[in-house]
Amino acid sequence: MTNNNNNEKQIRINLAGIFFKYPGSNKHVLDDLHLHFHSGDRIGIMAPNGSGKTTLLHIIMGILKPDAGIIEIFGKPVRKDKDFEDVRRKIGLLFQDADDQLFSPTVLEDVAFGPLNLGKSRDQAKKIALETLEELGLSGFENRITYMLSGGEKRLVALATVLSMKPEILLLDEPGAGLDEKTKSRLIDVLSKIDLSYILISHDNNFLFELSDSIYTMKNGKIFPCEKTHQHVHSHPHISHE
Amino acid sequence: MIKEPFAIGNSWIHKIDPRVKVIFATIYAYVIALSNRFPVLLTALLISILLVWFAHLDLREVIGRLAVVFLFLLLIWVILPFTFEGETLYQFRQIKITLPGVAFSARITLKTMAILLSFMALISTMTIATLGNTLNSLGLSNKLVLLFLMTYRYIFVIEEEYRRLRTAVKLRGFRPGTNIHSYKTFAYIIGMLFVRASIRAERVHQAMRCRGFRGKFYTLNDFSSAGQDRLFSVLFTSITIGLIMLEYY
Repeated sequence: MTNNNNNEKQIRINLAGIFFKYPGSNKHVLDDLHLHFHSGDRIGIMAPNGSGKTTLLHIIMGILKPDAGIIEIFGKPVRKDKDFEDVRRKIGLLFQDADDQLFSPTVLEDVAFGPLNLGKSRDQAKKIALETLEELGLSGFENRITYMLSGGEKRLVALATVLSMKPEILLLDEPGAGLDEKTKSRLIDVLSKIDLSYILISHDNNFLFELSDSIYTMKNGKIFPCEKTHQHVHSHPHISHE
Repeated sequence: MIKEPFAIGNSWIHKIDPRVKVIFATIYAYVIALSNRFPVLLTALLISILLVWFAHLDLREVIGRLAVVFLFLLLIWVILPFTFEGETLYQFRQIKITLPGVAFSARITLKTMAILLSFMALISTMTIATLGNTLNSLGLSNKLVLLFLMTYRYIFVIEEEYRRLRTAVKLRGFRPGTNIHSYKTFAYIIGMLFVRASIRAERVHQAMRCRGFRGKFYTLNDFSSAGQDRLFSVLFTSITIGLIMLEYY
């Protein structure tokens, strides 16, 4: 899963034998799925619609409960909703639809929502929110009305709402979907500068090749390395920007 | 799109502690609703107008909001003066307008206007999120506050989905008429609206939980009571007491 051997790399997410099916369906979306995710990993997942990519991310966040299997995050088993509350502090999920993520009237309130939930004071939350916006090149957006932003701006603000919680790992669910080329390359630029481990779901080759060190695919409810693209990525190792 | 045009402003009314505003607006509304003497109602209306004035609200927007209520008031004026028993004020053949009927309609009109204007000046000068948080800090149950805030979100979402569906049927040549096809189409739109809204609501809730939401809302608004808030509390209390005195003495 990692393209260099580093002893410091610990397993951060460990999924073992995960089974999941949606109610009313008899097909397992996830069928005995195993996944090891280490700190520093930047993996991309490219797979057809309906193969369970989003389901996988939602299982990690505890939004969906697996029918069977073991989930260990940061070395600790997580089962109950209470366990997942800790997970959600450290893992940030960027939703497919930014409109689901942005619900506050103003950008500042939305970006500060996470930090406030984490128990930060108003002043701290505000400061963190403003800093995060600045890092993403969104200075001056704080008083904009969230639902009046353009699609690309919404995506970036949604990313800010996740980053403001200072997560250790990001789960990105098709961050480039529905964006034009210019906005996409801006997003790639922003993401490549973020020094975090992440799992990236995308249908976009540019996204995957630019942003991930290894590429995976999903089939029959399982996840495995994607042979061809794997080679490709190895021949152009990604150097993280500092 | 639902906007909160009054919530953003810099007047002194905007700066008052929202808790003070909510408490006063509530008590004030009760006092007006329970008063009957015209001097009281006229004074209250004047105070409400002054509050709107001090809040620097956009007058066109204020009148636009009042216009909606005027329709209901018009209905009262069309019915009550003609149907109320009592001393006749004016008679034209069989139709007579009674004094108590007119007085009653006038009272309802004055009360409505006074309460509405005061709410515009005091309650709509804070965001919905702040209002929710204020109600919570005043002891209203967390669940009710959450329900209130989420309803607000859903209305916005439902409206947006409705527009999209309307556009979709319009683009495929749908023109509403009085026929089964139209009724059926509208029924489908409404049905689909509920389905989509509930799915969307589910996703919004998931997204909120992913960001550490545990049923409690926090806002960036500062709740610390400043010295000026005490001044307003005194001012508002004297207004209330003054109105009650005027009613009973």
